[in-house]
Amino acid sequence: MKLIWLQSGGCGGCTLSWLGYAHGPLLEVLAEAGIELVWHPSLSAASGDEALALIEAYASGARSFDILCVEGALLRGPWLDQLPSGNFHCFGGGKPMLDWVLRLAMRARHVVAIGSCAAFGGITAAGGNPTDAAGLQHDGEIGGGVLGPYFRDAVGLPVVNVSGCPPHPDWITETLAMLAQGRLTADGLDEFGRPRFFADRLVHHGCPRNEYYEFKAGAEHPGEQGCLMENLGCKGTQAHADCNLRLWNGEGSCLRGGFPCIRCTEPEFEEPGHPFNTTPKVAGIPIGLPADMPKAWFVALAALSKSATPPRVKENATAERLRRAPSVKRSKK
Amino acid sequence: MTRRVVGPFNRVEGDLEVMLDVEGGHVAAAFVNSPLYRGFEQILEGKTPLDALVFVPRICGICSVAQSAAAARALADAAGIAPPRNGRLAANLTLAVENLADHLTHFYLFFMPDFAAAEYAGASWYAEVSAQFRAQSGKAQTEALAARARFMQAMGLLAGKWPHTLAVQPGGTTRPLTESEIFRLRRIVREFRAFLEARLFAASLETIAGLDGQTALERWRKQARAGDLRLFLQLADRLDLWSLGQSGARFLSVGAYDEGGGAFLFAPGVWHAGTVLPFAPHQVSEDVSCARYVGGKAQRPAEERTVPRYDKPGAYSWCKAPRLDGEICETGALARQLVDGQPLVSDLVACRGAGVGARVLARLLEFARVVPALERWLDACDPDGPWCMPAPLAENCLGVGFVEAARGALGHWLTVRHGLIGGYQIIAPTTWNFSPRDADGQPGALERALVGLPVPEQGTIPAVVHHVVRSFDPCMVCTVH
Repeated sequence: MKLIWLQSGGCGGCTLSWLGYAHGPLLEVLAEAGIELVWHPSLSAASGDEALALIEAYASGARSFDILCVEGALLRGPWLDQLPSGNFHCFGGGKPMLDWVLRLAMRARHVVAIGSCAAFGGITAAGGNPTDAAGLQHDGEIGGGVLGPYFRDAVGLPVVNVSGCPPHPDWITETLAMLAQGRLTADGLDEFGRPRFFADRLVHHGCPRNEYYEFKAGAEHPGEQGCLMENLGCKGTQAHADCNLRLWNGEGSCLRGGFPCIRCTEPEFEEPGHPFNTTPKVAGIPIGLPADMPKAWFVALAALSKSATPPRVKENATAERLRRAPSVKRSKK
Repeated sequence: MTRRVVGPFNRVEGDLEVMLDVEGGHVAAAFVNSPLYRGFEQILEGKTPLDALVFVPRICGICSVAQSAAAARALADAAGIAPPRNGRLAANLTLAVENLADHLTHFYLFFMPDFAAAEYAGASWYAEVSAQFRAQSGKAQTEALAARARFMQAMGLLAGKWPHTLAVQPGGTTRPLTESEIFRLRRIVREFRAFLEARLFAASLETIAGLDGQTALERWRKQARAGDLRLFLQLADRLDLWSLGQSGARFLSVGAYDEGGGAFLFAPGVWHAGTVLPFAPHQVSEDVSCARYVGGKAQRPAEERTVPRYDKPGAYSWCKAPRLDGEICETGALARQLVDGQPLVSDLVACRGAGVGARVLARLLEFARVVPALERWLDACDPDGPWCMPAPLAENCLGVGFVEAARGALGHWLTVRHGLIGGYQIIAPTTWNFSPRDADGQPGALERALVGLPVPEQGTIPAVVHHVVRSFDPCMVCTVH
């Protein structure tokens, strides 16, 4: 399958994350999956007029291709005469990138949003959203975006949202391979268009801080070992992604790196309504509940587990390194 | 005179277009356009100061840690603190891994593939170079991508993930390292060293770092039988990349890798015609006469506000025009090595000029100078010592943070008012290098470096234009942000 990749209003970090793919040489892996990179801004030889002629041929329909990947948010601003001009991002001699993306999306067999910006607007849509950034088929949580809520590709799929800021290199590679092999169906996507193979997990799953979570033993400052949910803003119990099961850059994840999950795979993560590193609370109880957890039970269990916290867990939670090791149990003889 | 528009440029980070006024087969004037605006400085206004650590890395996917480190320094400066030794070492390690990975990406993925262009097909060196560096299929490219992916595993341990980590904090790092993790990090650095010594240099890093001038370089080259550096030097001579694309600007470095006690691995300063002067941050200003923003004449970053105006008459770029005491500057690895007085780079620039060849060679030389520092910093980490300290901020305060990113000097200016961000200004390396004209009509560094290049009035843009543009390793997403 022929693939065209465009970078819209983003940081290029999705591509850079992707280049860290660790299960074999990326370009060979793609070739094996039957994917040919027709044009990618970081990898292709063609530049300038040559690149423009190539992309124009695909946009006009003179040549056909299969997968359009868009990285970065679609910038609709500034508005001129009550219409979105797209002029905050021009590509190829003063033409708005927005127009290129719309033309190519109509010709593609599948359309894939790479990263939370292209999927939902993401970080580019934060604050007052000065560029009127949106995703391909979502404007934050609301369906729509620049392609509209009813857009479906040649086989009836909506835009496939490989969200994340950035997405894990495996998520991108595996989604593309599944599309190329016809193995990604509508059932394989969740309600935000995310492939369920990574979005049906929570960041909490496999978190190495689970014992601290069980006993609500929270870290108080960056660098401490305790659970980051109680005080430091962690949203791992609500964020859909398998970051602690499928690790990053070898052995990493946000939690393993000692900082909170900011739910970057979710729409509108960029505006949590509170400082990112602080857990909002009412009467000492965190407001953001874990997914599928009834509030009363959460409060009751938290109170109970907190009173049962072993001194070892409590002490280690606010330390930068293990102060007290687990006791050693000997078998009864 | 014919005006030619060159772009979109790929194999640069982000969006770039260059307008060339061609007269008599040569570039008479160049205008550099950064055609993407996202508005980070506007987005940051009104946020909690520490939230900057979430937003600024996302300015750029390739300089993500550098942006994060500059914000952390601005916040530490505002709080009046400095991280403990371990925190400083961890920040150096994290930033250095990113910078070296960027140098690798630049050389193998962005810069060298241009020598596999069709216009060189008749050259004696073409077969060898294109087999190694052809985009997407060259042998060297495949090996470099694999080495990069393995090296970036250091980020899993140091920073949780890359890009967009929150591990670098004003008070140190959120990722204390254990003895066993330091052991694994040493292994990763060791493997990277092995790749460089086998593939890039075909020599030990110490041999390369020890070359103290052109004579030593020539002597080494005569006996070199393999390696991509040897191949690059051969191209540099054949195509005279040495004199190609000189900007004639001053060279700025804000000092790279904090060694504690006010010392840096590479010293800060401003190099001008062989003399190094101190870097004075208060001399930095930004002019928006030819940039698409409300305003005009130069202002100090701490006093600026960013208000976009797409249809401003006479404006041709979203990039602002930073100036140091009114002068244009070039920044990057070449500036760092010149300012630091590295003997080989100084000698080469004195004899053959500060052009494409010197820019690329300085970058490669940094592998040989920084990897041993990585090894030393890992040895100096003390798992039992503190890694992070609190950094409380006053309700109203100011902070400035400088960092050397792969591409050069990066500065963040933070104003905190009533506990929130009142102003945030960022000047990135490529903002310096790819600056548009200012109120006095003074072109930026690349705009000057392109003047005089042979370009026909019609037909294919020659590869030399690409060599000059890419020799700066532009990062356009940082440039405008």
